[in-house]
Amino acid sequence: MGTLWFWIVALMLIAYVILDGFDLGVGIVYLLVAKTERERRDALRAIGPVWDGNEVWLLASGGTLFFAFPLLYASAFSGFYLPLMIVLWLLILRGISIELRGHSHVPLLRTFFDGLFSVSSTFLTIFFGAALANVIRGVPIGSDGYFFLPLWTNWRVGPHPGILDWYTVIGAVLALLAVALHGSLYLALKTEGDLEQRAFNQARRLWPAMLTVTLLSLPATVLARPNSLQNYRTHPMAFLAPVVVIASLAIVFIALRKSAALIALMGSCFYLAAMLAGAAAGLFPALLPSVGNEGHDVTISRALAGPHTLRVGLVWWSLGILLAFMYFSIVYWLFRGKASQQEEGYGH
Amino acid sequence: MDALTLHRIHFAFTITYHYLFPQLTMGLALLIVVLKTLSLKSGKAHYDVSARFWAKIFAVNFLLGVVTGIPMEFQFGTNWSEFSRRTGGVIGMPIAMEGIFSFFLESAFLGLFLFGEKRLSRWGHWAAAFLVFLGSWISGFFIIVANAWMQHPVAYQLLPNGVFEVSSFWALMLNPWAWLEYAHNMSGAVITGAFVMSSVGALYLLQRRDEECGRTFLKLGVIVGFLSCAAQIFPTGDLHGKYMAKHQPAAIAGMEGLFHSEKGAPLVVMGQPDFEAEKIDNPLAVNKVLSFLIYGTTAAEVEGLDQIPRDQWPSTLPLLFYSYHIMAGLGTYFVALMALAAWLLWRGKLYESRWILWPILLSFPLPYIANTAGWMCAEIGRQPWLVYGLIRTSEGYSKHIGAGTSLFTLLGFLGMYSLLSILWIVLLYNFIQEGPQAPDHHASGQSVTAA
Repeated sequence: MGTLWFWIVALMLIAYVILDGFDLGVGIVYLLVAKTERERRDALRAIGPVWDGNEVWLLASGGTLFFAFPLLYASAFSGFYLPLMIVLWLLILRGISIELRGHSHVPLLRTFFDGLFSVSSTFLTIFFGAALANVIRGVPIGSDGYFFLPLWTNWRVGPHPGILDWYTVIGAVLALLAVALHGSLYLALKTEGDLEQRAFNQARRLWPAMLTVTLLSLPATVLARPNSLQNYRTHPMAFLAPVVVIASLAIVFIALRKSAALIALMGSCFYLAAMLAGAAAGLFPALLPSVGNEGHDVTISRALAGPHTLRVGLVWWSLGILLAFMYFSIVYWLFRGKASQQEEGYGH
Repeated sequence: MDALTLHRIHFAFTITYHYLFPQLTMGLALLIVVLKTLSLKSGKAHYDVSARFWAKIFAVNFLLGVVTGIPMEFQFGTNWSEFSRRTGGVIGMPIAMEGIFSFFLESAFLGLFLFGEKRLSRWGHWAAAFLVFLGSWISGFFIIVANAWMQHPVAYQLLPNGVFEVSSFWALMLNPWAWLEYAHNMSGAVITGAFVMSSVGALYLLQRRDEECGRTFLKLGVIVGFLSCAAQIFPTGDLHGKYMAKHQPAAIAGMEGLFHSEKGAPLVVMGQPDFEAEKIDNPLAVNKVLSFLIYGTTAAEVEGLDQIPRDQWPSTLPLLFYSYHIMAGLGTYFVALMALAAWLLWRGKLYESRWILWPILLSFPLPYIANTAGWMCAEIGRQPWLVYGLIRTSEGYSKHIGAGTSLFTLLGFLGMYSLLSILWIVLLYNFIQEGPQAPDHHASGQSVTAA
């Protein structure tokens, strides 16, 4: 049961990264590729009907984590207190900048919201990348299952790490590059003309950087967390993840040369999914590994909610996710195609 | 201030601010469905124009509800980690169900409702509006189930490691407290929606502009407002109060300022409680009414604070007393105002009676105050418990987050929400000034750049 819920939460987070990833990515490259008022409106229109739904995956994964692994929720959320609060403020700023830009008559105000949208998307991605790297590296968990991390200490991994050290900065940079590429590909798929071309070019520039940092991140992970390959040794199936990562990078490269946006975007989805699944496979059965204090890991068995809660949960979760897939299919189907060709607004 | 107090203020401030938005959107969602239904039935264009106008206002408030709502879910873990660890197996369930059953539904169909009117048939667009309404009301239900479990824990068992889990899913969902609280709360949300709508209607009629839409807003707002204001007192408020008296006598005694148990207890309409001297200053009391309201007979004995150990008294009693009296006082005013307006509407005089349009215009902030006061009543009344009778508030907060850190983020939220308030006022003012006939900015802006 615990293993099942571990992968359920992991899958929901992967869905979140893939879906919200492209609209965060649009935000990161927004100022670089969308130059005119028309292009900016097209870029926003491409994510307009879906970004809020994408963000719901974060809330739904959070809620699922809360009820399936209460100790993990309590420990991780209080331990990462400051970065999470900053994430909340960034989510607020990003949400209002997307929606309120369209209601602004004053060009200067629109420029302000453009900047806010791009900056908040960029920092959110950086924080998410660093957060994931923190989970992989481990945190100094006490015997009561709690910890509290400052934003930075001496920038080294080890018994007294901060949220930011050399390893988590690599994680942050990798997230930034991967999500920026993901967003560029989505823009290339959903827009046309100069904007589409610039999005393609941006993706082509990002690809080599992403390849480099991806390759760098593998030895860095082994350095930061020496036993991270343990599961890979006992379950060679796990090596499927890095294989898919490399294959997807190749697909993105080839599709970019042929300007096939949809295939490149699919490749990028598989890349993100395989990176995250590979990280999850390395963690299992820990949910949050401990550094400095051996044996204090927050593990599945330690954090798991009661058996009845989980059995009932499985019933409604399956039903609910089925419905969610249905809604998402309807929305993405109705808003398929290039965003700039679509009529929009009110009225018949 | 100590860490516990700061964590409490942190949550109280962010939740109070957050709930300013859902109370309007849940109420408006219902009213928009009514407008869309009227448009389908009558085919009259001004119903669609009205629905589009309120959809714009809905969208901005919904967005602010979303961005201020995410911190609420996070804060269970960040500021109340010990509470989350012990009760996540119970209240985590409705919280997760809210995300999965309601937020997905709402977000998907809100996009369709706002951006898809041209792409959907008339019935399809009605269905999108209805599903947004359904999603927002389901969301309210799950949050109330979580809160009701804290007020009146049912269907749980304690596991050996000190954490709670659900023992019966249906008993958790059918917690009587949850259904009473839900009915009272949703009727309160409809009051906010109806007052805001009738207030804008009254403004247009007083300004002699957009009068067709103005009359529609006023008519719908007054009819729905009257029904929901009546339902707020009877049966929802009445039943909720009686159930509360049975299960949280300390809260009722604090709300009413009843220091000593009494047969034929009076209802204190106004007064200032003095908790040191255990009496009410300047009381304006009606004899025996409290006994009658709770037990249906004027002779019944009502339990006072003297029956309750001092360490189980709600910790901020004066605030509890005032919250309750503000809520109940405003609720009475709402019924009076809306009954009068409904009578004038029935006699065909409402639109010309400027003397009543003024109070309708000016009353729109009051339901926000009444709803906030009602929630303060519920939450302060529950003190000193976090989960009634099971976990004290002082046991639930994050022990590793110091007072300084909590103050830092509280100040951050104060600043952030000040910004949101300014944007909200500017936007809403603009929407209302432009009126329902204003052209759509997206569309007009686009044609400018295309040319």
